[in-house]
Parts: sequence; C-alpha cells; structure tokens
Amino acid sequence: MNDFHIFLQLLLSGVISGSIYGLIALGFVVIYKATEVVNFAQGEIMMMGAYFCYFLITSFHISFLPAFIITLLFASILGILVEVVILRPLVGEPIFSVIMVTVGLATLLRSVVGLIWGHENLAFPSPFPDTTIEIFGVIATPVEITAIIASVGLFIMFFFFFKYSKLGLATRATAFDQRWSFLMGISVRKIFSLAWILASVVASIGGIFLASMGGLDPSMSLIGLKVFPAVVLGGIESIVGAVLGGLIIGIAENLAGGYLSTYFGSGVKELSAFMVLIIVLMIRPYGLFGKKEIIRV
Amino acid sequence: MPSGQYKTSYRDDLKIFQTTWIKFWLGFLLVILTVFPFVAGPYFIYTANLIGIAIIGVLGLNILSGYTGQISLGHSAFIGIGAYAATLLSLKFGIPFWLSLPLAGFITALSGLIIAIPCLRLKGLYLAIATFAFFFIVEYVFVHWDSVTNGTSGLTVPEASVFGIAIDTDIKLYFLILIIDICALSFANNLFRTEVGRAFIAIRDNDISADVIGIDITKYKIYSFMICSFYAGVAGSLYAITLSFIGPEHFSFLMTIEYLAMGLVGGLGTISGSIFGAVFMTVLPEGIRLLRDVLSDDFPFFVTRLADLQSSVYGLVIVLFLIFEPTGLFGLWIRVKNYWLAWPYSYR
Repeated sequence: MNDFHIFLQLLLSGVISGSIYGLIALGFVVIYKATEVVNFAQGEIMMMGAYFCYFLITSFHISFLPAFIITLLFASILGILVEVVILRPLVGEPIFSVIMVTVGLATLLRSVVGLIWGHENLAFPSPFPDTTIEIFGVIATPVEITAIIASVGLFIMFFFFFKYSKLGLATRATAFDQRWSFLMGISVRKIFSLAWILASVVASIGGIFLASMGGLDPSMSLIGLKVFPAVVLGGIESIVGAVLGGLIIGIAENLAGGYLSTYFGSGVKELSAFMVLIIVLMIRPYGLFGKKEIIRV
Repeated sequence: MPSGQYKTSYRDDLKIFQTTWIKFWLGFLLVILTVFPFVAGPYFIYTANLIGIAIIGVLGLNILSGYTGQISLGHSAFIGIGAYAATLLSLKFGIPFWLSLPLAGFITALSGLIIAIPCLRLKGLYLAIATFAFFFIVEYVFVHWDSVTNGTSGLTVPEASVFGIAIDTDIKLYFLILIIDICALSFANNLFRTEVGRAFIAIRDNDISADVIGIDITKYKIYSFMICSFYAGVAGSLYAITLSFIGPEHFSFLMTIEYLAMGLVGGLGTISGSIFGAVFMTVLPEGIRLLRDVLSDDFPFFVTRLADLQSSVYGLVIVLFLIFEPTGLFGLWIRVKNYWLAWPYSYR
C-alpha cells in the first residue's frame, strides 16, 4: 500500500463517518429550524434507536427488516414523546433552560441504557455479510457502502421534501416565523412534532448503521456531539450546510487521526473536530455560513 | 418572624443583614456548623466536606451562568485545572497549601481568561458549544500530557498543612472548608452590591441595553469568566485534598452536569440557591446509595450499576425541575415563606 492508497482509505473512512455525522446533524438542524430547540440529546436518540433494534432482534428473534421498520415507528413515538412531554412546557423559556433540559434528557437516556444493557460492547446482529470489497485498492465493507448510499438517498429525499412537498413548505414557513405561519393556518404544533419525528427517525437509521459497523455501547451517543462542529461549520440554518459540515468534519477527523496521531497521541482524532470548531467560532461567531441575527432591544 | 419590613433609604435596601433576626439565625447556624463535626460521624463529616466544596464550585458557576447569563458547559474543566494546579504546585515545587490554594485559583482564573477570549462574541448555543469544546481540549491535555499530569494513572495528592497545622483528618478539613466557604459566600454576596456585580446582572438581562448604557461588555464578561474559574479552581484544589488522589476521570462531563443541576435545582441567579442546590445534589447520590443498599436483595443489578443509577437521577432531576419548578428550591422556599408570613390571610 503506497501513500496515496493510505490517503484514499482515510478519505473513505472519513466519508463513512461523515455521512453518519451528516445524518445526525440533519436531524439537529431540522429540529432547530422548526422549533428553535437546541437538541443536545440527538446522539442519545440515535443510540436509543440502535438499542431498540438490537432488543427486537435478540429478544423476539425477528429478522432485521421488520425490526428496522418497528424501530422507525418507535423512534417516531420517542420523538413525539420528547417534544410533547419535555419541550412543550418550555416554549418561550430562555435558551439556557432549553439547552439544559436536553442535556438532562441526554444524561437520563444514556444512563437508562447503561442501567438496562450495561457498558459492554454488544455485537449487533448485522444483516450485512462480513466480506470486504476492494475498489481502486481501497477496502470497504458492504455495510459501509450501504451506509453511504442510504445517507445520500436520505439527504436527497429530505432536500426534495423541504423544497417541494406541502408539509416541507409548512415546516420552512414555521422556521421562518412561527406566529405568521400559525395565522396562515399551519398547525405549528403538528410541525413541531413532525420535526422531532423526522429527526429521531433519521438519527435511528444512523444509529443502526453505526451499530452494524462497530457494535453497540452507550458511549456511541458521544458521536452525537460531533454535530456541533458540523453545524457550526455548515451553519445551523442550512440543512445542506449541516450535511456538508458533517462530511467535512468526518474527513478532517480521519485525516488528522491518520497523519497526526503519531505526533499528538491517540486522542487527536476526537479533538481535531473541536479545535476546528473553536477556530471557526473565533473568526465567525455565528458559524461559517450562519446568519447573523439582528437583535433589537 | 420578620414581616412588613419598611425601608426608608436605599442603604437599608442594600443591607446584607436585613433584620436582626437574620443575624440571629445566621449566628445560630454558625454555632450548629461549629458543633456539627464533634457530634456527627465520619461519614457525615465527609459528606459535609463535599457539600462545602460543591457550594464554592456552584457559586462560581452561578456568577457566570446565573448572574451574567453566560452558559458554560466546561465547569468540570475549570475544577480539574484547579485540582491539578494545586496538586502540581505542592508536588513539584513544594509550595505550602495556604499559598497553593489561592495560586491554583489564579491559575484557573488565567485559564478562564483564555477561554473567555474566543467566547466574548458568542451567545447562547454557540457559547455552550465553545465551552463544551474547551472541556474536551482540557480533558485531552489531562490524559495526554503524561510528563506533567501522569496521564490516566493520575496523581497522589500530598498532605496539606495550613500554618503548621497538618490537615490530616476530615474534621480539620471541615473547618478549613467552612472558613473558605464563608469567605466565598461573603465575597459573592458583596460582589452583587458593587458596580461589577450590577454590570453582570445588566449583561444577563439584556446585553445590548447594557452596552447602550455604557457598560463595557467585553471587560465584564472577562471578569465574570475569571471570577467563575477562580471559584472553580479553589473548589478543585479542595476537592483534590478531599479525594487525596486525582485523575482525569474525576473531572468528566458528568461533573459539569452535576454542577449545572445544582445551579438549576437551587435556583440560578441566587446565592442561597447555590447552597440549597449543593446540599440537595450532594445528599441525593448518597441517598441513592443508601436506597441501593436497601434494595440490593430485590434488584441485584442495581449494585453493579450505581453510577448509571445516580446519573439517571441527575438527568431526571434537571428535566423535572426545569419543567415544574424553573426557579428552583430557592423559588419554592420564597413561596412557602411568603405563604406562612401572611398566614392565615395568604393567597397563592
């Protein structure tokens, strides 16, 4: 393997983890745009989806596809529950409370999963074969290829959903101005729930892919924290930006892990994303493509 | 009971001890606190020490988040810096504890200055994310700067001594913490009677208005970050003494959540709320531990998963308080007090 192959291999792992980050960031941005809630529990919702799917397959011995579909249903219900029970009472509260309530929720979900399933890494009964595919000298597994294809498919679906469908338009209208959309006859409540459903479903799909690649443990929810560098890079207002930000962070991280860990130790891979984040925020306090809010007293 | 306080001047309104009764009750409390360690068992003294340290830490967080309105998700990083600084100062340079404690505070305040600089223009979400990233960087330094922090193996904290008295028992540590607590509380209380503290509150309430009326936001935000991290540094160095061993795992993100929970449970933006919160959130995990011991026969898996049980309760407490009692225990206390002050003619 020559240097170029190593680079390509790192790039591929970057694209794979980047597409998962993109999926989570997508959900984060959908929630933020529609409901103005900063969701620190996005990674935990992803983890809940993966664990629920694992639970269905191992405890009820159903095959992957029905388990996958039931998981998506479960994710929708979880999304609605979180929105109605936890975030609706906090509408109109300061952003500090909203951030804190999702941080609390994240802690709660992570510890409940730890309580039930423990902290050991569990092998996920993956439906994908264990073979490897070689493309241009770069090695990938079927699940990784599927993850990339599925993510791209979801991104395109979401793009068209928000651009052309009536519900997507209603969501964008709600994001633009809640009171006006309410007056225009849009049910803002339903849109809030819809945003949470979409975000949880997309996150769960990401979680299931992640579990198929590396198994399950509660620390997988920490992946959810990578959405912050991604959205800061891509702009919290833009769905396309968040997805691209996720990809960039994934690639940057893997390149840093591949080339810099000999100099700075093993943690540099996780750290690099946050270094990028602080530098970006120092230069542009609203993110690279974020909209500068005009505030009036 | 004090009721119908009538004030004729602004000086009266600014008084810390509003009535003689408050002085009396505080004196009474001080007597109880002095007698307490001679009556209570070692376990209770140890818990009281943890509460005392938590009060200092949460006061710092309250000054930054509760009074200045700046969200910080990196509080455990500050506490960790304080703990490591104090320990390293006495390990490597042999500096006595009475000097290394404030020095650790100043070193942490300097680190607060460093984090304040990129955070000055940030608000809300972006500030939360930036402080969070700062936490990750500090944790990385703790784990990977082997030559100084000894990596994941951690450091053994040397025994402290103050003016020739070795702090070798929990009772001596108790009185040390009590004295520092009183200093920390009076400083915080007086801070909000000064120009600086008032500027903090103005920035919290509306930063643009504060700017318009001539408050230098940059300067006061830096002050707030530095005071917050000074408190955290002092709390950290006392924490190191209490544990007598520190490692990166002691200053995890869960600790930040614990402190945020203390602030929220007690009531953000109140001094006495910090005390309520610190007591509540320190006693709560101990209560869970006791509950686990009682339930261990029926639910054996609780025994091995105590940490998860405790952190799930932290999460639950944060969520429930934010939904049902956003003003925290302090708000609850004020409501209960007002109810009884006007009893039987009280209305809710």
